[in-house]
Amino acid sequence: MSLSVAITHRLGDTDFDLSFDAPDGLTVLFGRSGSGKTTVTNAVAGLVTPDSGRIAVQDRVLFDSALRVNLPVHKRRLGYVFQEARLFPNMSVAQNLTYGSRFAPPNPQAPKRDMIIEMLGLGALLTRAPGDLSGGEKQRVAIGRALLAGPELLLADEPLAALDEPRKAEILPYFETLRDELKLPILYVSHSAVEVARLATTVVAMENGKVARTGTATDVLSDPSFTPTGVRAAGAILEATVAAHHTDGLTELDAAGIPLFLPKLDKPTGARVRLRIAAQDVILSRSRPEGLSALNVLPGTIEEIRAGGGPGAILSLSTPAGRVLARITQRSVSALDLSVGTTCHAVVKTVSVAPADIGGA
Amino acid sequence: MEWLSIEEWNAVALSLRVSLWATFAALPLGLLTAYALARWEFPGRQILNGLVHLPLILPPVVTGYLLLLTFGIRGPVGSLLHEMGITLAFRWTGAALAAAIMGFPLMVRAMRLSIEAVDPKLEQAAATLGASRFWVFVTITLPLILPGILAGSILAFAKAMGEFGATITFVSNIPGQTQTLPSAIYAFLQVPGGESSALRLVIISVIVAMGALVLSEILARRMAKRVGQG
Repeated sequence: MSLSVAITHRLGDTDFDLSFDAPDGLTVLFGRSGSGKTTVTNAVAGLVTPDSGRIAVQDRVLFDSALRVNLPVHKRRLGYVFQEARLFPNMSVAQNLTYGSRFAPPNPQAPKRDMIIEMLGLGALLTRAPGDLSGGEKQRVAIGRALLAGPELLLADEPLAALDEPRKAEILPYFETLRDELKLPILYVSHSAVEVARLATTVVAMENGKVARTGTATDVLSDPSFTPTGVRAAGAILEATVAAHHTDGLTELDAAGIPLFLPKLDKPTGARVRLRIAAQDVILSRSRPEGLSALNVLPGTIEEIRAGGGPGAILSLSTPAGRVLARITQRSVSALDLSVGTTCHAVVKTVSVAPADIGGA
Repeated sequence: MEWLSIEEWNAVALSLRVSLWATFAALPLGLLTAYALARWEFPGRQILNGLVHLPLILPPVVTGYLLLLTFGIRGPVGSLLHEMGITLAFRWTGAALAAAIMGFPLMVRAMRLSIEAVDPKLEQAAATLGASRFWVFVTITLPLILPGILAGSILAFAKAMGEFGATITFVSNIPGQTQTLPSAIYAFLQVPGGESSALRLVIISVIVAMGALVLSEILARRMAKRVGQG
């Protein structure tokens, strides 16, 4: 199934005019706060009525201004995971979970209650009241509640934004599981490049109510000219295979023949992973570095140099393992005499790759 | 009843009947008014709000007189009702109407506060899960505001038990017919030797009023706890 959105809308000072498709898998609506991501999601949910356009899940039209179709929220058959869990305080966890199923039409393909409880680890929480749950537990229940309504589409509006870092790390893998195991489109709103790198099969980057870029996470994040959430958040994605786990606590990855060493990864040998390498953690060197403590060296050719407004520049480097972004000073660019076509080496410290930046591919 | 005379007991029983009827009859309209004031934007919202609160600020005797003008046998509404066989003036039903109107602002206020405390985001979440507006109200809104509804009803009931000015103006003070508890206390105080009767009724009044207040406090606290758990 696939969600297609093509709408125009005016809200305050923002003119929305955008169209995109979200296929099966997880599509991240990516952009900084105020770029209109939530408005688009709410339009899909029916909480906002766009001025004109069309929204459909496969052949089922949810909204079409030309045909004068505007399904009310409760008939759209979607699951919506909000920033705050929004659990019903007058019901237990179990009652929250099954709330939607009484309204849903029979759907043999809808996920089964026991499967969802198992997948989200909710078994021990069923008799509890929402008020007694931690933030992460609440959000897991909210995800389960949305899925058990038997939706044809799952919406998630920054579901991790209200959680602290450990809770984020707790919830993130569940979305990977949903992406990989459920056959339904997931539209996931985020301003976090980390979440994009971990989760996105497709990225729709938004700016001021318009679509600025679409593509795979790798394409969108490794474009040095496109840093919607600031240069500090820039970083490219590499895909690699787990080659070996070493006894000194390091995991060796194979990225197209180039060995990369990371702190121990909890993935079996042979597993495909994708890791995001933040541009500001990359050092460039003209010659292959010797006598350096950093373990990861990627040889490559400079493809593009983008000078920023400040003293920094973002360079993209084409390496056999994929594109790598590096953020260095403009002074270094001229000192090393770097230009498009120059061959050089990207150096990445092992410990600078954060666990949150590594996920299953 | 050993310690209450027939006349005293009649007054207590009549007051209970009048107050229960006043409370239950006002309940649906009170809930609708509270919901409209809390959630709907419509022209005349402030006017409605003022009208609801009017019995609270007008002298009760004025309210009673206005009721008499409107619902009396020769009043515009009263004459219509009279032709249909319903008479309110100088009947216990009229006492119930007066009590309902006097308790209405208290009832609406408590209900409105509880509706305003419900986060519309919860109702939105219920809608995304497939619940129509009716089901959202029945399964989410209503359970969450139930303590507010009960608290408002209890306050209105207590007010009805104590209502005097509007009642005596509208339906007079006929023993066994319209002589409610406060009217009876007033009547006993007008005759020599009536003090002990009056005192017994005063004690009953105080117990009912205090009980209602405590009960509504407990319910209000439970509501705050429940709604704050999202």
